[in-house]
Amino acid sequence: MRKRLVIIGAGMASGRVIEHLLAQDPDGWDITLFNAEPRGNYNRIMLSPVLSGEKTYQDIVTHDDDFYTQHNITCRFGEAVVRIDRVKKVVYSNEGGAPYDKLLIATGSAPFIIPVPGHELPGVITYRDMADTQAMIDASAKPGAKAVVIGGGLLGLEAAAGLKARGMEVAVIHLMGYLMERQLDPAAGYLLQKDLEARGITVHCKGATKAILGTDRVEAVLLDDGTVYGADQVCMAVGIRPETRIATDAALEIGRGITVNDQMVTSDPDILAVGECVEHNAQLFGLVAPFYDQAKVVAATLLGNDAAFQPVQTATKLKVTGVDLFSAGDFADSEGREDIVFRDPARGVYKRLVIEEDRLIGAVMYGDTADGSWFFGLIKDGTNISDMRDTLIFGPAYQGGTQADPLAAVAALPLDAEICGCNGICKGTIVSAIEGGAASLADIKAQTKASASCGTCTGLVEQVLASTLGDAFKMPAAQPMCGCTELTHEDVPRLIKARELKSMPAVMQELGWKTSCGCHVCRPALNFYLLADWPEDYTDDAQSRFVNERNHANIQKDGTYSVVPRMWGGMTNPRELRAIADAADKYDIPAVKVTGGQRIDLLGVQKEHLPHIWADLNAAGLVSGHAYSKGLRTVKTCVGTDFCRFGTQDSTGLGIKLEKRLWGSWTPHKVKLAVSGCPRNCAESTCKDVGIICVDSGYEIGVGGAAGMDLKETERLAKVATEQEAIDLTVAFVQLYREHAKYLDRPYKWLAKVGLEWVQAQVVEDLDNRAALIKRFDLSQTIYQRDPWADRATPQAQADFAPLADLTREAAE
Amino acid sequence: MSWLDIGALNDIPQRGARLVKTVHGCVAVFRTGDDQVFAIDDRCPHKGGPLSEGIVHGHSVTCPLHNWVFSLETGMAQGADEGAVATYPARVEGGRILLDAKRLIRGAAA
Ligand SMILES: Cc1cc2nc3c(=O)[nH]c(=O)nc-3n(C[C@H](O)[C@H](O)[C@H](O)COP(=O)(O)OP(=O)(O)OC[C@H]3O[C@@H](n4cnc5c(N)ncnc54)[C@H](O)[C@@H]3O)c2cc1C
Ligand code: SF4
Ligand code: FES
Repeated sequence: MRKRLVIIGAGMASGRVIEHLLAQDPDGWDITLFNAEPRGNYNRIMLSPVLSGEKTYQDIVTHDDDFYTQHNITCRFGEAVVRIDRVKKVVYSNEGGAPYDKLLIATGSAPFIIPVPGHELPGVITYRDMADTQAMIDASAKPGAKAVVIGGGLLGLEAAAGLKARGMEVAVIHLMGYLMERQLDPAAGYLLQKDLEARGITVHCKGATKAILGTDRVEAVLLDDGTVYGADQVCMAVGIRPETRIATDAALEIGRGITVNDQMVTSDPDILAVGECVEHNAQLFGLVAPFYDQAKVVAATLLGNDAAFQPVQTATKLKVTGVDLFSAGDFADSEGREDIVFRDPARGVYKRLVIEEDRLIGAVMYGDTADGSWFFGLIKDGTNISDMRDTLIFGPAYQGGTQADPLAAVAALPLDAEICGCNGICKGTIVSAIEGGAASLADIKAQTKASASCGTCTGLVEQVLASTLGDAFKMPAAQPMCGCTELTHEDVPRLIKARELKSMPAVMQELGWKTSCGCHVCRPALNFYLLADWPEDYTDDAQSRFVNERNHANIQKDGTYSVVPRMWGGMTNPRELRAIADAADKYDIPAVKVTGGQRIDLLGVQKEHLPHIWADLNAAGLVSGHAYSKGLRTVKTCVGTDFCRFGTQDSTGLGIKLEKRLWGSWTPHKVKLAVSGCPRNCAESTCKDVGIICVDSGYEIGVGGAAGMDLKETERLAKVATEQEAIDLTVAFVQLYREHAKYLDRPYKWLAKVGLEWVQAQVVEDLDNRAALIKRFDLSQTIYQRDPWADRATPQAQADFAPLADLTREAAE
Repeated sequence: MSWLDIGALNDIPQRGARLVKTVHGCVAVFRTGDDQVFAIDDRCPHKGGPLSEGIVHGHSVTCPLHNWVFSLETGMAQGADEGAVATYPARVEGGRILLDAKRLIRGAAA
């Protein structure tokens, strides 16, 4: 007698089971196939080509009506199974029951829906089946239609590319910092984002959906940061979970999925399960490769043969035409693991191999994935790669040869890339000079003026020489920025400007960083260069700042902090002093000190009190003194004409004006100013980064003083007649320093490199340039001149600064 | 092990850390750039720097006081420096951070 097999779910896994079963025992089974979808088995992974228009539904059907008829399979499509009666061994849909001897559950997964307001509006769908695909195709029929895809993983991006191919305007909202974060690393994610953007898809990373807007139908998507994207169609592709509802109701053993043993049998010996709905050894699976193995085991088990399911590694590819991406295995950083990273910025290629104990355990590739399957084979087989380690990254075809060229970044620059910013000399000019016979830095300086001014581009000019002349030019050894790159502090900012690199992954990829995410030396520097160059485009990265700047207070040796309110030009009043005294009482401040920069320092504050003390001081009108910042610290003043019998000008007033103009700006290192009312110099202006001495006939402006590790007197930048000129020159000088100095060089160190004369030419003599510098400074200030206390004295920050959890009250058993 | 839910993954910024107070001192819980979590003692063995405030790179953190670098996985100081901090089992499940409660409530035996 034929045994009755009932299958719940006509998906990719059950389709395979049916094939194996019929192949081995064509007459042994009466099969009944239920499917919630009103159709039979089709190749679900090809929905993306259907969406993009490269295939039709007919092309992806794996089993058609003829097949089912021929094999006597009872099809109950469009009937969702709602109950399993394990005692009577019958499954029920709303249309009736079907008895079984053996039952196979193959219900796949259900997509997540983020329960934000508006998620139930018509026009909001997930991406799982043919109906979803058809809904998206229909939505694209409207001219000018807009789509928002929530989720930048595999599915979301395939949906986005498909919708774009259908002519819709598409935005992808992704919660994480880069796309496909589970399969890629930031560099590959950056290249992928660039590719998608080049197709016209908007990508919004770090975007949290707050609500879906609309009255009768979706109209737009609102993010936490206030951004709104118009939408005729919203596709949520934020994840899936195993579809276990009927199994749960039937009291089968469930973990995250339906628990099965190696034979794919559930806790009921007559019920098997296969596919995305199962959990095997606490592991879930979401790609088809393991399901095909499972299907074989299911068929063997049903036929009474021995077989055991053993999970294997899977590899991921994004099925978007023209995007080459491959990821397999485990590529997280970890102790004892080594990375081999290869970047070819010019071709947009990135490859990373992860090696542990002489075996390849992970690979990510972007742009050139030809060797993907070879690497995948090495991972699966656990091949010992120690013999080919040096050349491994170049793939199977590679035999011997040289390492990647460290000059590649410069060699890849286009001829019109600007190399010398001061003189506006581009790479082409230098290359022609070299072709005309120039062979040394001095020749280039003489013939083209490149690097003849401030000199920050010297390293780059040398690299152009080296990459053009080859061995004929001997590079002076330059100190790289850190272990993550061969490039120096001079090269990096210049390349950031010339190639318009506007994010950290962009810099690391395009300039060939050797580590996956930098280190504590390069990250703060890159963060500064990027925000100084692109104030409007770059978003400051708090995690790349030193603790003091991140917490807006100075950390002390015992882990407490000191808090310094700003006192403009050293002035204060009884109300402010009272507020400071009250705060000192309220937060049990152990020490209150007057600083060398004419302010009051509250020492010994607990971290979790910081947002609270800021709020209190803010309420009294005080703002942060940035006593911790690589930015403007203080403007020290004397009392000047207001009280002093020697005063020649309003030194206090000028100090206040300068401080109000400059505060909040980030600079390569801290910047201190002083204004003295006469040459008696009570404000000690002659040892500041900028020191102004007022005299009867005007203002003497000195720059490049120091009174720290080095002691240095300022050099005279200029003497000017009016207060306005004194302010203009100071602002222009600070901006020039911001744009040209290397991170962590105080102005005096930078001046020693570029020379006072060059600075004078830029800010004193060249009035247009002075105005342009001031304009750029002011633009940056429109974004960065914000009181961090006011920004962070919020309940959110108060929560962020408090411990995540307090277990001190949990009793030990 | 008995796993204790101490908060959401998103309560910690990527490449950042938050503290968990225990009777034996503070434990720093890190979230790395690849969204893994690690828990280690918050005190640098050099001069007590709060490791939770360091810059996180790869699976390492640099102490904010004098730049010693520690592996988040083993707690060992890297490079020329010698020393180690205690580590605690930690994992993420369904967007929640789980720590091994027994060791946290009783403290490290060693
Ligand atoms: C758009 C898209 C692209 C993909 N691309 C890839 C890829 O490139 N590579 C890859 O490896 N994987 C890919 N996947 C994943 C792959 O499709 C799944 O892993 C695979 O289909 C799972 O097979 P399954 O049989 O377990 O479930 P499914 O194929 O999902 O089939 C389950 C079926 O069960 C039905 N069902 C559920 N509950 C009931 C019920 N109570 N009663 C009756 N029927 C029910 C469902 O309607 C469904 O038809 C993709 C998935 C999608 C959606
Ligand atoms: S610097 Fe001159 S004006 Fe200022 S307080 Fe001293 S003596 Fe008076
Ligand atoms: S206290 Fe950590 S390095 Fe000194």
